[in-house]
Amino acid sequence: MIFDPNVILKHLPEIISGTGVTLALWIAGMLLGILIGFIVATLRRYGGRAVDLPLGFVVEVLRGTPFLIQIFLVYYGGPFVGLSLDPVPCGLLGLSVYAAAYYSEIFRAGYASVPHGHVEAGECLGLSRLQIIRRILLPEMALIVLPPSVNLAVILLKESAVLSIITVPELTTTVSAIGSQEYAFLEAIFLLAVIYWVIVEAAARLGRLAETRLSTFRFAAS
Amino acid sequence: MSFKLFSLLVQASVWTIGISAISIAIGFLIALGLSAALLSGKALYRKPAEFFISFFRGVPLLVQLLLIYNLLPFIGLNVPSIVAAIIGMSLCTAAYQAENLRGGFESVPKGLIEAADMVGFSPRQVFVRVKVPIALRLTFPALVNEAIMILKSSSLVSVVGIVEITRMAQDLASSTYMPIEIFSSAALIYLVICWAVALAGRFGERSLPGAAK
Repeated sequence: MIFDPNVILKHLPEIISGTGVTLALWIAGMLLGILIGFIVATLRRYGGRAVDLPLGFVVEVLRGTPFLIQIFLVYYGGPFVGLSLDPVPCGLLGLSVYAAAYYSEIFRAGYASVPHGHVEAGECLGLSRLQIIRRILLPEMALIVLPPSVNLAVILLKESAVLSIITVPELTTTVSAIGSQEYAFLEAIFLLAVIYWVIVEAAARLGRLAETRLSTFRFAAS
Repeated sequence: MSFKLFSLLVQASVWTIGISAISIAIGFLIALGLSAALLSGKALYRKPAEFFISFFRGVPLLVQLLLIYNLLPFIGLNVPSIVAAIIGMSLCTAAYQAENLRGGFESVPKGLIEAADMVGFSPRQVFVRVKVPIALRLTFPALVNEAIMILKSSSLVSVVGIVEITRMAQDLASSTYMPIEIFSSAALIYLVICWAVALAGRFGERSLPGAAK
């Protein structure tokens, strides 16, 4: 294997665009996942058993089945129920729903970590439910929720590589295509691994930084 | 969907379970070595182990599988794709299990080790009779979680051509034009396997020595 850097330079625009698609899908999927996950966790907390049980079942199913199968179900099964999606929207939908299931569990644990007395104190002061969520529950659970959220973000980035199987033009798809085109598949896969590695390390460091910042802030405030 | 199709998926699940179980077992052995290197306190051992763990935790499993699948023939090892798949999954799970084991060994209470020292245990006895049982007990839940993760990740070995549940489902879906039924059935099978492992894990946890009764 003679690594020819010219191959990379020649295809640099494609590699950058593939990286861009991966980053965009990852961040959008994560944000949607956090939003939906938070709503699901909140509904499960306040909605009573009639809401909690079915949502809990859906979360269990999403957490107990491979991401690839979920993607196949939407991508190949969707058209049979009138949901014909292009690879990119399909990938985004799959990634967000998958993320939402895991984030909802993180938020559920976050809700459970806040001492009940604090919520009762808020109720006694006449705060509305929304105020209690915004002023008491969310700030108090932030530090609990952050580490698993960063962890999950890293997992999501890695899962996004699976989207190459349904031909989403992200990093894995792009770089392996370059590899077969240039008869340099092994080099391409090495490059791919290194790019993912760099992004994951950067994300993990950013997460740790946020954790330190948040904990010193909390410490100073208390 | 006919019973025949469903039974084909169930038969394919033997591969899913087999590959996952073998990978978990090999991964555990590698992880023992890695965690020993991490805890050795010598940079010569620790640094390579850290590098290995960081790499295999930082790169998507799909990319690792493609890498190993293409690397093995390149270095002159023409092995069947099943071997490449098992190597890939074992290395990946080893990185995760090593971190778990390190955490387990680090949380063995110091007092217990000192107590064993006091009653005249040799360092070897302290390791075998005190550290290992407690660390394994502490990391058991994480091991069960990892087993479930690997079961789900094993769907990715379908890309190197192994006909496990996911590949079988793909083949059946394209030949029968019933993707919804087929992929839902595949999902159901994964779900049942994962639940079974979780249940067995909970049962195992309770029957381990030193469990809270």
